[in-house]
Amino acid sequence: MDTLRVLIVDDEDDFRETIVKRLNARKIQSEGAASGVKALEVLKDKDFDVIVLDVKMPDMDGIETLRHIKKLKPETEVIMLTGHASVEFGLKGMQLGAFDYVMKPAPLNELLDTIGQAYNKKRGLIH
Amino acid sequence: MERNYRKLWWQHCLAIIGFSVIPLLIVNYSLYKLFDRIYTEKVMDSLRSEVENRRDSIDLFFRERIAQLYTIANTNTFQQMTDEGYLNRIFEIMHAKSDSYMDIGVIDSEGRHLAYVGPYYEMLKQVNYKNEFWFNAVKANGLYISDIFMGFRKVPHFIIAVMVREKNTTWILRVTINLKNIDDIVQKAWSGTLSDAFIVNKKNVLQTRPRFGGNFLEVPAFPEYMSDSLKSHPYPDYSAAVATKLERVTYSGMDAFFAAVPIDSTKWILVIKENPDEILSPLVKGQHWMLLLTAAGLAIIATGAALFTNALINRIKETDRENDTNSDMLLQANKMIALSKMAAGIAHEVNNPLASIAEKAGWLKDLLAEEDIAGSPNFAEFNESVDKIEQHVARARKIIHNLLGFARRMEPAKEKIDVNKLLDETAGFLENEARYVNIRIDKQYEDNVPVITSDLSQIQQVVLNLLNNAIDAIGHDGTVTVSSRYHEKTSEVEINVADTGKGIAENDLNKIFDPFFTTKEVGKGTGLGLSISYSIIEKLGGKMKVQSKVGKGTVFTILLPKH
Repeated sequence: MDTLRVLIVDDEDDFRETIVKRLNARKIQSEGAASGVKALEVLKDKDFDVIVLDVKMPDMDGIETLRHIKKLKPETEVIMLTGHASVEFGLKGMQLGAFDYVMKPAPLNELLDTIGQAYNKKRGLIH
Repeated sequence: MERNYRKLWWQHCLAIIGFSVIPLLIVNYSLYKLFDRIYTEKVMDSLRSEVENRRDSIDLFFRERIAQLYTIANTNTFQQMTDEGYLNRIFEIMHAKSDSYMDIGVIDSEGRHLAYVGPYYEMLKQVNYKNEFWFNAVKANGLYISDIFMGFRKVPHFIIAVMVREKNTTWILRVTINLKNIDDIVQKAWSGTLSDAFIVNKKNVLQTRPRFGGNFLEVPAFPEYMSDSLKSHPYPDYSAAVATKLERVTYSGMDAFFAAVPIDSTKWILVIKENPDEILSPLVKGQHWMLLLTAAGLAIIATGAALFTNALINRIKETDRENDTNSDMLLQANKMIALSKMAAGIAHEVNNPLASIAEKAGWLKDLLAEEDIAGSPNFAEFNESVDKIEQHVARARKIIHNLLGFARRMEPAKEKIDVNKLLDETAGFLENEARYVNIRIDKQYEDNVPVITSDLSQIQQVVLNLLNNAIDAIGHDGTVTVSSRYHEKTSEVEINVADTGKGIAENDLNKIFDPFFTTKEVGKGTGLGLSISYSIIEKLGGKMKVQSKVGKGTVFTILLPKH
C-alpha cells in the first residue's frame, strides 16, 4: 500500500512546519509549501494524494491556487483551510472541485479525519 | 430630543387666536363706533325736528290767539266792550269753539278794570293795574304776552294783552290763557316713557309743568336729585338760546339728550329732554347682539384653533416618533455593520497565531507521548500545562467562531417553513432541560399562522437562543411562553418568547443587541447571542424587539415577513 502523501500549503511558517512535523510523526509523508506559487512548483516534480490549502495567502490566494492545481493534477484531492471561516470561500472551493473545507484553527484529529476521507475517495476513484 | 408639545400647543393655539381675534375685535369695535355715531346723529336729527315741530305748534297757537284778540279789539268799540253784558256775549262766542280762554277784561289807560268776564269777578273787578309790570309793557309795545305769574288771583296763569287806539282814547283788551292748552301741546313731545318736555322763560323758570323735573315757576332740575337732601342738580340753562340747540349732557352719572328752541312769538324756550337709554335702546340692543356675536366668534375661533392645533401637534408627534424610530434603527444598523467588520478583522488576525499555538501545543503533546520522559519528575506538570493550553485555545477558537458567525455574510436560504411546527420542535429540544429546573414551556400558537418562506435553520438558531436566554433569566420555577400570531394587514408573522424572569434594567435595554454585551458572569456568555440573532432576523427582512420590566419578565418579539 502506498504511503499517504500530503502537501500543506500555508504562509504561516510555524503553523505549516508544525503540522508537517506532526503528520510525519504519524507516518504520513508530508511536505510544506509557503505559498501557492511554491506549491505549484513542487507539484511539477512530485505527486501528492491530498493537498491542504489555506484560503487566504499573499500573492496567490487559495482559490486561485486551487484552479491551477485542478488543471495540473486533477486527480489530487484538495482540502480548503479557511482561517477566514467564511463559509462562502469553503463553498466556492468545493464548487471548484475541493473535497471539503476545515475551519482553522482545527484540532489535528479533525484534519486527519478529513484527510483520511479524501484519501479514501481518491483511492476509490483510482481502483 | 424631546419636544415640549404642551408649550408648542399653546404657542400655536394662541398665535392662531391672537391673529384672528385682534382683527375681529378691531372690526367689531369700529363697526360699533360707526353705528353708534350714525345712530346718535339720527336720533339728534329726529330730536331737532321734534322740538321744531312742537315749537311751530306753540307758535301757531299764539298767533291764532293774538289774531283773534286783534280782531275782537278792532271790530268792537270801547263803548261796546265796557258793557259787561256785550263782553260776556263776545266771550261766549270766543269760548264756544275753544277752551283756551279763562277770562277776558277791558282796562282803560289809567289801569282801571272797566269790564271783566270770568271766574274771578269779585276779586278782580276792583283791581287797578296801573302799577303792574305787564300794564306798562303793553302800553309801550301794543302787545304783551306774559310769563306765568300768580297775579292778584294767586293762581299760576299768563295773559295776552293788546292795546287799542280809538280816536283819542286808548284801552287794553286782556285775556287769560288756560295753561292746559300749552301743556297739551308740550306734552305731545313726551314720546317715550322717560322723555320730558317743558317751557322756560328768559329767567330759566318753568312755564309748564314738566313730567319729572319740578313745578311751575321753579328752576328745572334733574328729577333724580329732587328727593335728595343735597342740593338739587339743575338742568343746563337754555334761557339764552337764540336758535335750535342740541346736546348730550353727561355728568355726575346723569346722561341726557337736550333739545332747546326759542319760541318766536313769545320770549320762551321750549326744551325737550330724552333719556339715552330709551331712544338709544336699539343701539343698546345692537350692542348686546354684537357682544353676543363677538363671543360666539371667539368661541368658534378658540375651538377651531384648538382642534386644528391638536391635529397638527398629533401629526408632529407622529413624525417625530417615526423619525426617532428610523434614526434608532439606522443607528443600530450602522453599529452592526461597523462591529461586524471589526469582528471579522479581529477574528482573522487572531486566528492565525491561534492556529500556530494550537499546532505547537499539539506537537508538544505528541513529543511528550513519544519521548521517554514519562519518568521525569515534572512530566505530570508538562502534560497538564499542554492540556491547559489546548483547552484554552479551544475556548478562544469557540469565541472566534461565534464572532465570525456574527460577522458572516451568507445568503439566507429560501425554504417553506411552518412556523408553529418550527417553534414546537425547537421548544422540544429544551423541554427536558427546562423540566429539570421546574420551568414550564407554554405554547400558544394561533391557527391562522401561514407557511412562510425563509431560512429555517437560522430562525431555529434565533429561537433556540431566545429560549435558552429565557430559561437562564428565570433560573428555576417559572414559565416561558412561546406564541405565534399572524398580522394580515402587514403580512407578518409574529413570534413571541416571554419569560417570567428577573427582567432587564432600563439602562441595559438599548444595549442588549450590542455584541459582547452580557450580564452573565465572565466566561458564561460571550454577549454575542442576541446580536447574532438580531443580525440574522434583520438579514431575513424581519424585525426584533424587546420589552422588559424588572421583576416581571421579558418579552422578545420577532416579526418575519411572509415572503
